Amino acid sequence: MESRLEDRKREVRLVATRALIAALLVISALAAVIVRLVHLQIDQHEHFSVLSQDNRVKVQPLPPARGLIYDAAGVLLADNHPSFSLEITIEKVADLEETLADLARLIRIEPQDLARFERQKRRRMRFQPVPIRLNLTESELARFAVDAHRFVGVEVRAELIRTYPRGEQTAHVLGYVGRINEQELARIDRGNYAGTQFIGKSGVEKAHEALLHGQVGYQQVEVNARGRVIRTLESRPPVSGQDLYLYLDIALQQAAQEALGDERGAVVAIDPRNGGVLALVSNPSFDPNLFVEGISQANYQALLSSPDKPLYNRAVRGQYPPGSTIKPFVGLAGLASGITTERRTTFCPGHFSLPGHSHRFRCWKRGGHGAQNLEQGIVQSCDVYFYDLANRMGIDRLSAFLSDFGFGQVTGIDVAGELGGLMPTREWKRRTRNQPWYPGETLIVGIGQGSYLATPLQLAVATAAVANHGQVIQPRVVRAAQAPGDALARAQPLVSHRIALGEEWQWQRIVDAMAKVVEGGTARRIRTPEYRIAGKTGTSQVFSLGQNQTYNAARLPKHLHDHALFVAFAPVDDPRIAIAVIIEHGGGGGAAAAPVARRIMDAYLLGSTLAKEDEEGAGG
Amino acid sequence: MARTNHRALSELARDHGDRGPWYRLHLDAPLLLALLLLCAFGLVVLYGASDQDLATVERQLIRLGIASLFMIALAQVPPARLRVWSPVLYGVGVLMLIAVLLVGDVGKGAQRWLDLRVIRFQPSELLKLAVPMMLAWMLSARRLPPTLPWVVLATVLTLIPVILIAKQPDLGTSILVASAGVMVLFVAGLSWWMILALAVAALAVAPLVWFGLHDYQRDRVLTFLNPEMDPLGAGYHIIQSKIAIGSGGIDGKGWLNGTQSHLEFLPERSTDFIFAVIGEEFGFTGILVLLAIYLFIILRGLLIAARAEDRFGRLLAGSLTLVFFVYVFVNTGMVTGLLPVVGVPLPLISYGGTSMVTLMAGFGIIMAVQTHRIRPL
Repeated sequence: MESRLEDRKREVRLVATRALIAALLVISALAAVIVRLVHLQIDQHEHFSVLSQDNRVKVQPLPPARGLIYDAAGVLLADNHPSFSLEITIEKVADLEETLADLARLIRIEPQDLARFERQKRRRMRFQPVPIRLNLTESELARFAVDAHRFVGVEVRAELIRTYPRGEQTAHVLGYVGRINEQELARIDRGNYAGTQFIGKSGVEKAHEALLHGQVGYQQVEVNARGRVIRTLESRPPVSGQDLYLYLDIALQQAAQEALGDERGAVVAIDPRNGGVLALVSNPSFDPNLFVEGISQANYQALLSSPDKPLYNRAVRGQYPPGSTIKPFVGLAGLASGITTERRTTFCPGHFSLPGHSHRFRCWKRGGHGAQNLEQGIVQSCDVYFYDLANRMGIDRLSAFLSDFGFGQVTGIDVAGELGGLMPTREWKRRTRNQPWYPGETLIVGIGQGSYLATPLQLAVATAAVANHGQVIQPRVVRAAQAPGDALARAQPLVSHRIALGEEWQWQRIVDAMAKVVEGGTARRIRTPEYRIAGKTGTSQVFSLGQNQTYNAARLPKHLHDHALFVAFAPVDDPRIAIAVIIEHGGGGGAAAAPVARRIMDAYLLGSTLAKEDEEGAGG
Repeated sequence: MARTNHRALSELARDHGDRGPWYRLHLDAPLLLALLLLCAFGLVVLYGASDQDLATVERQLIRLGIASLFMIALAQVPPARLRVWSPVLYGVGVLMLIAVLLVGDVGKGAQRWLDLRVIRFQPSELLKLAVPMMLAWMLSARRLPPTLPWVVLATVLTLIPVILIAKQPDLGTSILVASAGVMVLFVAGLSWWMILALAVAALAVAPLVWFGLHDYQRDRVLTFLNPEMDPLGAGYHIIQSKIAIGSGGIDGKGWLNGTQSHLEFLPERSTDFIFAVIGEEFGFTGILVLLAIYLFIILRGLLIAARAEDRFGRLLAGSLTLVFFVYVFVNTGMVTGLLPVVGVPLPLISYGGTSMVTLMAGFGIIMAVQTHRIRPL
């Protein structure tokens, strides 16, 4: 009895002790949890707050809308239109095969879409969406929207795609935009281009990239675990790029292109008063819209392999021997330097030889022009007169003077990709060929042949300088830029310099001579009673003839025919347009190139193209 | 002598045992109050964790009601009667576990459910009560502490259902059932060297258990050791839950303002990981309040066990209280990254029905131990 009671007591004590120990264990275990919580919630609170913030807040760039481009009359030349594409974030998709099959039941997916998808899929970064379809139609968009919830990781993306409503007409002057490539990525400010897909690749689009692009905006959004945007927390809107207003007149541009017809060639027309580019055409052209979203391999190959080289911008990159078109400039150099006078004559027997040499430099007129003064030399384009003048002037003075007109250097036009041509000098020859300069070469330069190369743009600028009596103005395509919200368009500053040599009366003599070229000289066929034109024809050799050969176009293949050139400005007394035309393998400048220039000047000065369009409109 | 003494004591109990209306209802007021507080807190948290879905809160409330009925019902049963039924309950439970393995329904990739046409339930839940009852029944027949043969027998009787449950597979429940057995032995005063021996034996079979685990279970353990190993896969749960708790700080982000939970970064946020929601929205302060309520309940349960009249009551009340503690510790430990991820809910807070019924039934038994005493305290 006693022991049972003792046992009971001992047992009660035992269990009570165990309960006490258990309580202590419980308290220490919960203390361990609390220590852990102190660590997480107090010590590392900031660290986890940042992680939590990173989880839910994503910063999205808001790309600015690219500036639009208008011609002189306010016609829209470069527009942005919304385009919807369907993108897949592969990391978010459970079964890609199944998703693609499902999508194909909703919207059309062509084999080339799949091919592009596969190609881009391999190059993408993690969690970077890959487009499966571009340019969704309205009905496809609607169909996908209804079923969108079934497609986790598939999203519609809206973006603004550049379009060029005038296509081929503006391809060489405006250029085009395209997807940013790796070299460009290394060059641009990545922050400002976050979210931007396109960048100017050529032409005005490239030259004015900074104005057209604008400032990127940002928005902070709250997203859930599946990446869906719940709400916008904060946003800084983007600033759209500036709209550009051009000097370019699309009607004139069209007239120039039509005037060139099927011929390969280029036209550059500028306003000599301000350097504004009125028309800049390289023929044939191409559709710049093909390049915006990435041109297909087949289309690109076709453009590259065409013998007409439609991608080649002849107006600013084509380098041709300027031929006789430079004779007025050389003539001015002669007058200004006192090497010749108005009255001094040179006898042209049809050829010219340097003293002590038997080699005959031929005049284009085999029978010779007889006695020629400066004006006659220009009007008749007598080669012998200019052989003699160049010979007496020497290469150093000749090339220095011609360089003053802008030859041998880029004009600085706001069209990307311009080339500078070549103004040969003694130094240039030593440097590139390690040879001395031969006097015979000076003669060739004097008539714009040999290694002397100029672009149609340079010829137009030099012609405008004559029209301005010595004022050389940098050509500009863009007249003004307008920032969004700004009331006033800011004019582009003029960049110009005066040619050092040449007095006013000397310039006037040269202008008079060029007027006579049209009135009764090599370009008389384009004479018009409506206004006075000052011009100069040129024919540049592609094929060198031997000493005793004659040039016979009928017997030569077309690609060896001479290039036809013509430079002009009008009206003579109040020049409003200066123009350079080149027709590759077009033959004589007077016959092939001058009429093209006349049509353009008519269109500009008389508005005949516009009048004709109005008539057609009324008739239809 | 003993008889008269006993009757005198009984009379005394009737005379002086009237300790208020709660006692007559066989409910323990402090325990009941703490449980109600806990459940109310749980419903408030659940409202936020379920994205303010009142239907979810309503369903949880109904379950709570059913569970409370079980608690009140079991509180009315004198422990002595419960003791008689212990072996039967254990036997039925084990048989049903075998039945589940043979014909059970598959839910979430594991066979846990038995469809009895009227109700579907998990027999493994029953074992959370049946195992401690069975062991308490067995050990209370003899003097404490138990001798070696009985300890071995108790171990075997625990391991049979534990292995059957682990095969379903349900690691969380099998751990809880195993701990129920261990807790009975502990409260029974199992000598320290035997506790040591059991621990060594457990360590020895650990490698066997490791190879018996399913791949996903092994993943969980590996993930626990290094959650950053696979941040988007198996480690995702624990990383996100640590972010939720840590970003809560001292005061929390405020009720319904937890970004980790409402933006769905936190998985299983209304069930196993609801503790992280509390940490995020109510901060360190909120968690301390919660842990204080838990601690009060556990200490009250241990007090009831220590003061219980008979061995069966002592062992059962003690082990059931400590199993409740195991729930709390394993869940909070797993959510805070102290322990590997095992499917153990936060008791009476996590959304879900079955464990709630078992838990409340357990508290009913504890209350019965407290209120069916013959002698007064």
